[in-house]
Amino acid sequence: MNRQTNPQTKQQIVDTYFMEHRAKLVDIAAYLDRVDRGHGDDAADFRDVAFRRAVEILLDGQPQRAGRILNLLSDHSTKLPQSADGMKGALGAVSLTDGGAA
Amino acid sequence: MKYIDPHIHMVSRTTDDYQRMAQAGCIAVTEPAFWAGFDRSSAQGFYDYFRQLTEYEPKRAAQFGIQHFTWLCINPKEADDPGFAREVVSMIPDFLNSKGELCGGNVLGIGEIGLNKNTKNELIILEEQIALAETFNQLVLVHTPHLEDKLKGTRLIMDALSASTIDPGRILIDHVEEHTVSEVLDRGFWAGMTLYPDTKVTPQRAADIIEMYGDERIWMNSAGDWGCSDPLAVPKARLEMRRRGHAVTTVDKVTFDNPQQFLSQSPNFSLS
Repeated sequence: MNRQTNPQTKQQIVDTYFMEHRAKLVDIAAYLDRVDRGHGDDAADFRDVAFRRAVEILLDGQPQRAGRILNLLSDHSTKLPQSADGMKGALGAVSLTDGGAA
Repeated sequence: MKYIDPHIHMVSRTTDDYQRMAQAGCIAVTEPAFWAGFDRSSAQGFYDYFRQLTEYEPKRAAQFGIQHFTWLCINPKEADDPGFAREVVSMIPDFLNSKGELCGGNVLGIGEIGLNKNTKNELIILEEQIALAETFNQLVLVHTPHLEDKLKGTRLIMDALSASTIDPGRILIDHVEEHTVSEVLDRGFWAGMTLYPDTKVTPQRAADIIEMYGDERIWMNSAGDWGCSDPLAVPKARLEMRRRGHAVTTVDKVTFDNPQQFLSQSPNFSLS
C-alpha cells in the first residue's frame, strides 16, 4: 500500500466525520469556558498554557497537526533523574522550565 | 473474519471478554507482563503472576477457541528499584524453557520492557532485560512511556536497543503515536499502535497513521487492562478502516498477517 493513501475524497471525509468532531469542538469550547468561570488564582497552569498553544496549531494551515501537537506537549529536556520515586504518573504536558515546548 | 490481539492484559479482564472477543473473530492473544496498578511487595508475587500467565490464562482462553501466548519481564513501573528488579529478572529464564518444565511453552519473548519516567534506574534494568533477550535469543516487546514522556523515552529506548546485537526486526515498539511512529519504522523496528479511548490512539487515528506511514511492520492492539480500555478495540478499528473504504486485504494485513509474521519468529508461536 502506498503512503499518503486515503480512500475517501475530502467531501466524503467531511460527510463521515463532521458530526463526531463538531461535538469534540464544542467540548473544547465548553472546557475553555469552564476554566474561565473557575474560581481562584489567575496564574496560568503550564498545562493550560500548552493547551492554548496547541489550539493555535489547529488553524495554522500546516500539515501534521496531530504530530506537532504531541511534540508540543512532550518533554524535550535531556535530564535523566536517578529514580522515579514519587512520580509514577504522567501529566500530559511539561512546563517551559522543565523541558516543555509551550 | 479473524484477527489477533497482540497486546492485551487478560488477567485484568473477565471471562465474558474472552467470549465477546471470540465472537468478534479473535483467534489469538499475546499478553505481556505488566504493572498490576500497584507495586508488588515481593519477587514471589511475580513468580505467581508468571505462573498465571503461563499456566492458567491459556486454559481460560482455550475455552473460547482463543490461543494465548505471553511475554515475561519486570515492567518499567516496578523497575525503579534495581535490586528488586534483578531478583525478578533472575526468575525469567526458568519460564523461557519451552520444554514445559515451568510453563506450557507459550512464552514468546521478553516484554513489555521499556521506560516509564525515563530514569537512570529504569534504563539500567531495561538494558539488563535487553541483554537477557540477547542471551536467550528472544523476541522483544517494548512499552513506551505515557503522554509527555513518550517522545524522549522512545528515543532512549531505541538507543539502548540499537546498542545490542538484536535485529530490529525482532523488536516491536508499542504505543506509537503520530510523533514517534516515523522514527520507530525508519530505524527498522516494528511498531504497535494501542487503541485507547482517551490516551494513545483512537481507531480513527490508527487508520490515519496507516494511511500516512503505510502498512508494513505495523500492528494494532487493544492493550485492554484494568483501566479505561476496550477489549474489542481491534475489531472496531477494522470496522473503521472498512468504513473508509480500505480493502479487506489491507485490514487483514494490519490485524492478522502482520502480527502473525512478527510473532512467528518465535518457535513457540504457531496458530492451530
